[in-house]
Amino acid sequence: MIDKRVSSVAEAVADVFDGATVMIGGFGEAGSPIELIHALIDQGATNLTVVNNNTGSGEVGLAALIKAKRVANMICSYPRTSNSTVFPELYHNKEINLELVPQGTLAERIRAGGSGIPAFYTPTAVGTPLGEGKELRLFKGRNYVLEHGLTADFALIKGQTADQHGNIVYNKTARNFAPIMAMAGKVTISQAAQVVDLGELDPETIITPGIFVQRVVEVRNPALESTLVAAGETYP
Amino acid sequence: MKCKTRDEMAQRLAQDISDGAYVNLGIGIPELVTKYVPNGREFIYHTENGLLGMGPSPEEGKGDHELINAGKRQVTALPGAAYFHHADSFSMIRGGHLDLCVLGALQVASNGDLANWSTGVANAIPAVGGAMDLVAGVKSIYVLTQHCTKNGEPKLVDACTYPLTGCGVVNRIYTDLAVIEVTLKGFQLVELSDGVPYQYVQDRTGAPLLPIKE
Repeated sequence: MIDKRVSSVAEAVADVFDGATVMIGGFGEAGSPIELIHALIDQGATNLTVVNNNTGSGEVGLAALIKAKRVANMICSYPRTSNSTVFPELYHNKEINLELVPQGTLAERIRAGGSGIPAFYTPTAVGTPLGEGKELRLFKGRNYVLEHGLTADFALIKGQTADQHGNIVYNKTARNFAPIMAMAGKVTISQAAQVVDLGELDPETIITPGIFVQRVVEVRNPALESTLVAAGETYP
Repeated sequence: MKCKTRDEMAQRLAQDISDGAYVNLGIGIPELVTKYVPNGREFIYHTENGLLGMGPSPEEGKGDHELINAGKRQVTALPGAAYFHHADSFSMIRGGHLDLCVLGALQVASNGDLANWSTGVANAIPAVGGAMDLVAGVKSIYVLTQHCTKNGEPKLVDACTYPLTGCGVVNRIYTDLAVIEVTLKGFQLVELSDGVPYQYVQDRTGAPLLPIKE
């Protein structure tokens, strides 16, 4: 019987290794798998390359992972957020590398990686500093830059409801990067507020089919980054 | 002479958006456009984090932390709205499905080059978000901005000195002083704000401004 459920967030991230590339879902706090990130902090893996649109806020979730100096490389589109002080400090001290990627190129690189496409051409960033040094090619009179697909050893995402096969539905704009990161992660781990029995999710409404998901862990009342930050909480 | 307020600038721009347009609004003055949809027209707002049919901010206490816009503020979803993941969202942008994007600017050059993501200051943390994708893919790019910086420097220039967001991408510029179209011949004045003389605008523009066509 296929059963991708694991009993704790600690078990879910137990095999993340030093130097791993980890995609982390979320756009700001929406879709951020905070409990999985905190479990990763407890687990101790370091020298990570993390892919996320942002760099977290306050000193919880992704920002806490960065503050704990577990992240050597950050691949993201927008590392500045109000309440984001952890990343700027390490960046200025040259303790973390940044690969800045336009948001759509980031999404497409993840989708391509998850779809077995090693690279693609896009007009985004042509003639800008983010297009410099990249292979250029002319198609029908317009210039495009070559961008490479992205894959990851692990993807940590947050769903609303999942089942034991790893099928997932999301909540509103919390979906953001999760479906494509699920495709691009060799081991995709999803927390979900509810894990239901097989058959309870309508196959017509499933957003991420279970083939892209290796582990599911129920986290009933996931914390919200903004609530934790407003309360002045830090992790650990 | 009456320079337009931010609201009046947004109101003027809204008049040039056609009924049924799919529109992405940048953060700041562009967000004011939603207040001035002309009677009888409907615009559908796209937010790149994954929502078409974005509505206004929710009433106090009725929002959802996971229903936000690209500026990470809580919004609502109107009847007929749709959620989607990031790659689909940027396919809407990069695949040329959106009709219009309204953005702010640091500088716009007379050839349509736009700089709006970085002042290039050493030590600043670079952050680009979806700006480069939007200008590369959306059918029309309108810039909504003050004509000059807070220090009185022209934002409309011969060539951008800040790092570019995109090359030759801007179609129209709506400022407190004028409406200007970017043409193959450079900046073409379309309209002046009430009582603003042509020379006043030209003096505050860093490139030749072609007079309004008779």
